[in-house]
Amino acid sequence: MTGVRRATGVPILRLGDVLVTGLLEELDDRSATAFLDELTERITAEGAKGVLIDISRLTIIDSFVARTLSELTTTARLLGTRVIVAGMRPPVAITLVELGLRLDGVETALTAERGMAALGWFRTASSQEVGHGDHAG
Amino acid sequence: MATMPDEPSVRLASRQAPPFAGPPGPVTSRSEHPVRVEEDLMEARHAVRAAALAVDLGLVDQTRVVTAASELVRNAYIHGGGGVLVIEQLSRKGGRGIRLTVSDDGPGIPDLDAALDDGFSTGAGLGHGLGGARRLMHEFDVECPPGGGTTVRVTRWAPG
Ligand SMILES: Nc1ncnc2c1ncn2[C@@H]1O[C@H](COP(=O)(O)OP(=O)(O)OP(=O)(O)O)[C@@H](O)[C@H]1O
Ligand SMILES: [Mg+2]
Repeated sequence: MTGVRRATGVPILRLGDVLVTGLLEELDDRSATAFLDELTERITAEGAKGVLIDISRLTIIDSFVARTLSELTTTARLLGTRVIVAGMRPPVAITLVELGLRLDGVETALTAERGMAALGWFRTASSQEVGHGDHAG
Repeated sequence: MATMPDEPSVRLASRQAPPFAGPPGPVTSRSEHPVRVEEDLMEARHAVRAAALAVDLGLVDQTRVVTAASELVRNAYIHGGGGVLVIEQLSRKGGRGIRLTVSDDGPGIPDLDAALDDGFSTGAGLGHGLGGARRLMHEFDVECPPGGGTTVRVTRWAPG
């Protein structure tokens, strides 16, 4: 199937000039590296302006995954692409801070929706919540 | 090095005091997990998660313990050339806990103080693994006998 990554099983979708993808519950080192490589390739191939990575299912970020996210963000920035990591679970955030990894330079959003809004995507007017003064970022 | 007295091992006291003092209670369950191939890292994490659940650690504590385990097991795999993880479920008056012992027969850690510093790495890492694992757990202790090898033992107790 096109766009489905074998490594982590989450497709990389293209919405206009934004790539949208996500991570599953956990990521081994090899899959993390494969994810980095494949996403970087897709950024170049599709000329993506932005990338949203939904991590709301990810239950652990250790130093290897943290390093991968940092590297991905830096690489994308050098290519002229903005990466937003969205939906980090609170226990994961607490643990990352205690581990001493602040993911410096990695842009984050509370939810995938807010991340998409920051990348220039907005929910349609038919959505009930639009117009409730909900600001992205 | 030459001026240092001979010691059987390098020991490091716990950074954080456990929630309350008292001798650790009996081990209620013990399992051993090899750390030989990369797939073992994942297996080890799953086994630690299951044990953390079994001793009733909350979600944040489970995440802390699994993350610390991931760091220590990866260190044994990468720096120590492979080793073994022992998971023990503990029970004492006032609470249960989990103890992880990760040992390898690698070169050992020549300068523990440096290794515990954030940002110190002899490899490609960020150098937060060892110091981070220490912060994530209640008790932390490293032994590097003169003959080589590293054993790191960490414990986290469920809140009473
Ligand atoms: N089991 C071990 N055997 C030998 N040396 C070790 C072991 N564990 C840690 N070290 C040494 O301590 C250093 C710091 O370890 P730490 O886990 O903090 O960082 P790292 O593994 O280099 O990077 P990362 O942030 O990816 O974990 C290592 O670079 C290594 O030199
Ligand atoms: Mg490490």
